[in-house]
Amino acid sequence: MVVPAVLIFFVFHTVPVLQGVFYSFTDSPGYGPFELVGLRNYVALFGDPRVLHAYWFTFLIAGVSTVAVNVVSLTIAVWLNSRIAWRTTLRGIYFVPNILAILIVGYIFNYLFSNSLPALGERLGIGRLSTSLLTDSSTAWLGIVILAVWQAAAFNIIIYIAGLQTVPVDLYEASAIDGASPWRQFRSITFPMIAGFFTINMVLSLKSFLQIFDHIVALTGGGPGTDTESVALLIYKGGFQGGEYGYQSANSVVFFVVIVTLSIVQLRFLQKRETSV
Amino acid sequence: MRTVRVNWWLTALLVVLSLTVLIPLYFAVVTAFKTPDQLGGTGFALPDGLHWANFADAWRLTGFPKAALNSAVITVGAVVLTLLTNSMVAYAIARNMDRRFFRGLYLYFVSALFVPFPIIMLPVAKQTAILHLDNRAGLIVLYVVYGLAFNIFVFTAYINSIPRELEEAAAIDGASTWITFWRVIFPLLTPMNATVGILTCLWAWNDFLLPLVILSDPGSATLPLVQYVFQSQFQTNYPVAFASYLMAMAPLFVVYVFSQRWVISGVVRGAVK
Repeated sequence: MVVPAVLIFFVFHTVPVLQGVFYSFTDSPGYGPFELVGLRNYVALFGDPRVLHAYWFTFLIAGVSTVAVNVVSLTIAVWLNSRIAWRTTLRGIYFVPNILAILIVGYIFNYLFSNSLPALGERLGIGRLSTSLLTDSSTAWLGIVILAVWQAAAFNIIIYIAGLQTVPVDLYEASAIDGASPWRQFRSITFPMIAGFFTINMVLSLKSFLQIFDHIVALTGGGPGTDTESVALLIYKGGFQGGEYGYQSANSVVFFVVIVTLSIVQLRFLQKRETSV
Repeated sequence: MRTVRVNWWLTALLVVLSLTVLIPLYFAVVTAFKTPDQLGGTGFALPDGLHWANFADAWRLTGFPKAALNSAVITVGAVVLTLLTNSMVAYAIARNMDRRFFRGLYLYFVSALFVPFPIIMLPVAKQTAILHLDNRAGLIVLYVVYGLAFNIFVFTAYINSIPRELEEAAAIDGASTWITFWRVIFPLLTPMNATVGILTCLWAWNDFLLPLVILSDPGSATLPLVQYVFQSQFQTNYPVAFASYLMAMAPLFVVYVFSQRWVISGVVRGAVK
């Protein structure tokens, strides 16, 4: 059983990785003949404003969303884990976004952002709201972050609740006798005890947001112009529709290195923190 | 007995905050039942009567039955094959971790967790086209293969917690490894199978990017892919579009409502490992 699994895995995962690396040194448009061009694609990438913008934009979305998702989901998880009524039902509701397709939810949010919110803004007399968030390149990122946080928080909340349930109750009882405030308890007991879960959620969130794709397709399609293009979207568009197969392969390789490096740095940093708190 | 005091303030706050989850859903439902001239305003008003024709239109325009069937076939295929194969591979690796070859294999599979899909999507699309796997069968294979990294990770952790004595006992009774796996180990894996099954199901049903780059025949399009095509072709008819979204989200949603507790505990188990 292991041998076929390794073979199939090799064919559908490792071979594509290697092929991607190979194509990154060619000028292939994705079909027909091509030539080896050495490192020319890589050099060109670093001078391409569209590519640089996609990286900048992806980092912006991923960074803001990662922080926001973890703040939101940790807060809600702590609340959902305390003495509230209808606990199971409420947890059930907060998990709903995770079972819905991002693309479809994105279309619903698209309508909310571009029709409902402006109408609401007009009614309330808030000028800033009266035009669509998504058609303005200086605010479109906010719409994408809201959708990303809305959807990803569901999963993160559940993971944090799992973490919170590993914290022994007597720690809280002991600290309550010492007169510790809820905030103090959170800082000195809860957070250090679930540091491992925090690390996992931070690393996984960042990694998945760096690959952001569906959200952008549903909300802006990368527009206005190419202002909200993420790296994944750029690879898709350029590679499949723009005849830049070789070029975007080089972009993929760079993107791979970036994601792995960021994940490892983040993991190192957060794990060091874990032991010191 | 200590009485547990319910914090009603916090409950109220969480109920209010849960509106952030419920409002987009409410909005999707009411819009799906409107006529185009009832749109406009904030869109939160209730529809005048239930305009079921939207669902009929969406059903027809998106080819809903076909897409739903495609999604169902792919999801069921991916879940069943994943459970049958991934657990077995994990078992073989987990029980042979003391051998260098298997330890290497473990690292090989798990290291794929670091490879994001956008990196391999261009070559994979090409490869599946050449192998004539740019269809539903190909998608099933890819979900099974790409799930390996995470699944081996959680399955091996779980298998390590199963005492080896059980298998030794089975071996003494004359059971082959194959029999031992199916009769002894696989049933014991049930909780982890539930976790992996749920996550695979959510992934395969909701995924957009993989079907987008793999499928070449519009006839094998999945539900999310159909919404994408629909959106770009009939952009203006919002009520019909929302009826279509609702129909695409409904099956999993209904299943979730009835198995909520079970789904959440399944996901939690995957997280704690």
